[in-house]
Amino acid sequence: MSAETQLKRTPLFEKYKELNAKLIDFGGWEMPVQFSTIIEEHHAVRNDAGLFDVSHMGEILVEGKDAESFLNYLVTNDVTKCQVNKAQYTAMVKPDGGIIDDFIIYKLDEQKYWIVTNAANTDKDYEWIMQHVKGDVTVKNISDSIGQLALQGPKAEAILQKLTDTDLSEITFYRFAQGVEVAGIPDVLVSRTGYTGEDGFELYLAADRVTELWDKLLEAGKDEGIKPCGLGCRDTLRFEAGLALYGNELSEDWSPLEAGIGFAVKVDKEVDFIGKEFLAKQKAEGVKRKIVGLEVTGRGIPRNGYKVFSADGTEEIGHITSGTKSPTLGKQLGLALLSVDHAEVGTEVKIQIRKKLVDAVVVKKPFYKR
Amino acid sequence: MANLLFSKEHEWVLQLEDNKVRVGISDYAQDQLGDIVFVELVEEGTEVEKDESLGTVESVKSASEIYSPVSGTVVAVNEDLEDEPEKVNEEPYEGGWMVEIELSNPEELKELLDEDAYKAFIEEGGE
Repeated sequence: MSAETQLKRTPLFEKYKELNAKLIDFGGWEMPVQFSTIIEEHHAVRNDAGLFDVSHMGEILVEGKDAESFLNYLVTNDVTKCQVNKAQYTAMVKPDGGIIDDFIIYKLDEQKYWIVTNAANTDKDYEWIMQHVKGDVTVKNISDSIGQLALQGPKAEAILQKLTDTDLSEITFYRFAQGVEVAGIPDVLVSRTGYTGEDGFELYLAADRVTELWDKLLEAGKDEGIKPCGLGCRDTLRFEAGLALYGNELSEDWSPLEAGIGFAVKVDKEVDFIGKEFLAKQKAEGVKRKIVGLEVTGRGIPRNGYKVFSADGTEEIGHITSGTKSPTLGKQLGLALLSVDHAEVGTEVKIQIRKKLVDAVVVKKPFYKR
Repeated sequence: MANLLFSKEHEWVLQLEDNKVRVGISDYAQDQLGDIVFVELVEEGTEVEKDESLGTVESVKSASEIYSPVSGTVVAVNEDLEDEPEKVNEEPYEGGWMVEIELSNPEELKELLDEDAYKAFIEEGGE
């Protein structure tokens, strides 16, 4: 926790200090892990509303006559199916299927898109994109000029509606509106997306107005019980909702089909795309391992990297990708990349937790659905 | 808390008898860990050397080892923590105690910090 290495900071850094947040190094960014406690913030999002600073996430602008065809070559989902003011979840893979990143593409107009990347991957993504650029397109990493707040929870819409004349009920899941005025701040992109398993919005705006919007949202949501939230509960929330995290469920060492995000892989799209040959073959043959949910029936909490064994303890069948004691369900749960021979719901397995083999069983995911 | 001694690994030690101590983790440690949701301790009768593991405390986010500040035999384990691990957050010096150890080398107590020295250690950013 020493401050010797130069960590990047979002425009809200001074607010963290004011609110006495506990800070961590998250992929090279000095970010709040919690403002009060992870469990308290977790429940606030499930029951009321929580506000997250996610300005560390990257935005890459892809613009030009060939933007659509280039993106369609670059990612696994079918970009031609994405309409203006709609967002699409997708993956970018290597020819061998390894996942470079997962992200959301926003179609701003017919020839203009944003790619919103994982903070730790932004530079890697940008380099990969520049290496493969084709046709009449301009690519710009605009991450530093854009801030992002996530307002999540069942009361998110009621809170945000107090600050804007735009009818939020018209922005349905995975759609967005551009140029919205929120709390007197112009040109906010309001997107009904999130990473918590709750209803809510992600708000993109000029980096130098983020602090102002943060304050106004916290003020507007007072009666609804809004809480400033850190990345700690963002992780437990997305985990319960079965949403993959890059570096845990998603890796360059396996494919999106194995990682459980096959819904974002369209091997049947007509045009060629990077990884198509591999993914089409893997899909036809069937994956040999996949991400499953595990519930610990013994005592212990699964954590990233722990080994998983067959029920008789003789065969190593995979590893835990994420795990915690679920704040909503009170159970000790894990996500694991397991051999498909042991991946059926109800299969008993063992997790090596320190020196012990602890009983667990494969369960359905997501663990939580609103 | 005048009688408490501390290790640089953030355990506290309370001397109960000449050669018997109670051990837990400091208020600073529980605050750094955040919500504690699981505690697993060694069994009664285990012999431990100084700096060996007494068990694990887990927060929502991660697992941390507890290092024994002294050598000896574990003669009692706080079994309440199995069902109420949050006691470590709520009352780290009372209900959140972890084990009692019969000392094999009472001299080791002299190597521990008193409360003022421990506070100074934390303020210096001791990890």
